[in-house]
Amino acid sequence: MKFQLIGVNHNTAPVEVRERLAIPESRMPEAVKRLAEHPGVDEGLILSTCNRVEMLTQTKNGGADLRQFLGSYFRVDPSAYESHLYEYHEKDAIRHLFRVTSSLDSMVVGEPQILGQVKEAYATARAVGAVHSQLDLLLTRAFAVAKRVRTETAVGSSAVSVASVAVELAKKIFGSLSGKHVYLVGAGKMSELAARHLLAHGAGSIFVANRTYDRASQLAAKFNGQAIRFEELYETCDRADIVITSTGAPVTIFRREHGERFLSRRKNRPMFFIDIAVPRDVDPEMNRLDGIFVYDIDDLQQAVSSHVADRTREAERAEAIVNQEVERFQARLQTLDVVPTIVSLQDHLETIRQAEIDRVRGRLGTLSPDQELAIETLTRGIVSKIMHTPITALKTAAHEPEATTVIDIARRLFNLEGKDRKERKKKAVESAGGDPGATG
Amino acid sequence: MPVLWLRVALAFYTLGLLYALLALTGGASRLSRIALPAMTLGVVFQFVSVTESVMRSGQIALGSVNDSESFLAILVMLAFMIVFLLYRTTSPGIVVFPLVFVLTFMAATGQQPFLVTSPGLRHGWLIAHIALIFTGYAALFLSFSASILYLAQERSLKSKKPGGLLLRLPALEVIDEIGYRSLLLGFPFMTLGLVAGIVVAQATFGRIDLLDPKILLSILMWAVYMLMLYTRWNAGWRGRRAAYLAAGAFVAALIAWSANYFSAIHRFVQS
Repeated sequence: MKFQLIGVNHNTAPVEVRERLAIPESRMPEAVKRLAEHPGVDEGLILSTCNRVEMLTQTKNGGADLRQFLGSYFRVDPSAYESHLYEYHEKDAIRHLFRVTSSLDSMVVGEPQILGQVKEAYATARAVGAVHSQLDLLLTRAFAVAKRVRTETAVGSSAVSVASVAVELAKKIFGSLSGKHVYLVGAGKMSELAARHLLAHGAGSIFVANRTYDRASQLAAKFNGQAIRFEELYETCDRADIVITSTGAPVTIFRREHGERFLSRRKNRPMFFIDIAVPRDVDPEMNRLDGIFVYDIDDLQQAVSSHVADRTREAERAEAIVNQEVERFQARLQTLDVVPTIVSLQDHLETIRQAEIDRVRGRLGTLSPDQELAIETLTRGIVSKIMHTPITALKTAAHEPEATTVIDIARRLFNLEGKDRKERKKKAVESAGGDPGATG
Repeated sequence: MPVLWLRVALAFYTLGLLYALLALTGGASRLSRIALPAMTLGVVFQFVSVTESVMRSGQIALGSVNDSESFLAILVMLAFMIVFLLYRTTSPGIVVFPLVFVLTFMAATGQQPFLVTSPGLRHGWLIAHIALIFTGYAALFLSFSASILYLAQERSLKSKKPGGLLLRLPALEVIDEIGYRSLLLGFPFMTLGLVAGIVVAQATFGRIDLLDPKILLSILMWAVYMLMLYTRWNAGWRGRRAAYLAAGAFVAALIAWSANYFSAIHRFVQS
């Protein structure tokens, strides 16, 4: 009963490696089934997103060769990905899963999609029977941890990327973005991204002006917008509420006098200029005009980093929650583990046997060594005969979902509760002292 | 009793005042949750106070400066609540709450000079005059509050250090809309109120002395009001310029109000 995890993510592997290991949704059921049938593996789950590919397993003795599984499944030269792999066992695997599910391991920390993706992977694995007992418990716990992180910290509450900061600012100016017009001046990747974000938040139509008209029409077609010839830029720009500039022009395109003209034509309705060009396309003087707001790339990045600073603080709190939950889950697993129960059952019966022998020994008078041995053998035989069935039952139950119930009943029947808890505490103290990392 | 109720109302308004002051200094306070209920309770008590006072004096019209101030505070709060119901924002409270507090404070502590009601006065027109003008005032105050919020929000956006106040205020265009709508709604009330006032004056004195300070200042206030609407329609003035105008109209309204103390025809006199 050991958790083992292997995988690559955006931190360890470039996209060229990740895409080679990615498993499309349609092939997922079959893949996860094969993982669960891999030698040494009891249960398995595969998470494959654009930022990570991970295989989580529950193995019999912690020694399943997951690298070999990767090699046989992907039929890719292992040297292509070997160096990017990470592998975690037990506690580290639990922690990693909790961090991933809580979006602490995401490229954009706090982004909400990952939880849904883990849930999907879980559903798929469950459907084909690859997840049934221990992993089921672990995943259920991971979802609870993610929920706790989300409700108890502000991770995930504020935006981070430049594009989403731009959207946030636009909302602070215009309220709802519905019906607002967006004007792209220059057709770069980043302005396209910003436009996409604005549209996703309800912005209306899009205009695109570019030095090369073809590129403008291409981009406009993508957004169902309108391409505009660059010469008509100043005549048409006042139609836009939000202007995103990203041209490679060496001098500013929009100067104060343009701003004044736009404002008078717009009856002073506010305009928001997002200038992501370097060197800048919009004269910073424009920001002085009533009703015109100019944010250049540095302003946006500054806004982003103030968010990130907040996030780092919140992320630290989230990590603390995760650590706490890992400890809790491990404690729970220990209860689930049947071995301590079996040991204490044996101890318990052995104590009774010894006590009974001691009690009657005096009445038996002197005995020959043979007779002594016979008594030993007789009592031991009785005890082990009695113990045989419960121990077998416990061992079988260990692999079933109802393990907790069976262990509970065994404990109660033999009155092991008090004794056992004391011993576990002693062990925990010892292991905490022996492993300084456990306290951190 | 009316004064007692008024003081209870004032106690509740103190919470609103504290909320406004804390919000301005940027502290996110727990008060924000209780400010609205407290102000609502305040209005209820104030309403009881004004009703009782009016019933006692036996006059349908508002008998005293204190009652008028109280009445105005209620109207301002009602306007605020309409905005709250429409836009789900308590931000105008930052300006409105202190104003309501000051009005109520004056009403609760002031002397009790009575407005002389001449025998020939037509009560219906007088009530209409007071109710309309005060509704106009309330709208004007709200618009003024919105202007101040607009300036704060604009400054915060321009400073490029979003945070603090910016996060809690509504969007710029929403604030603008609140200010404009209250301005637009207030105008007919103000105009009709002045018309009613002229009718009352004519009925009482037979002629209208245009040089009387009250009339002069009222006309001035109305003109500023008109100018605000005109610049808004025509040039779309908003932001800083609109805020200055709103502040101007607000000051004109204050002066027109204070004229009650030295006007010949429109005066509160100790009885």
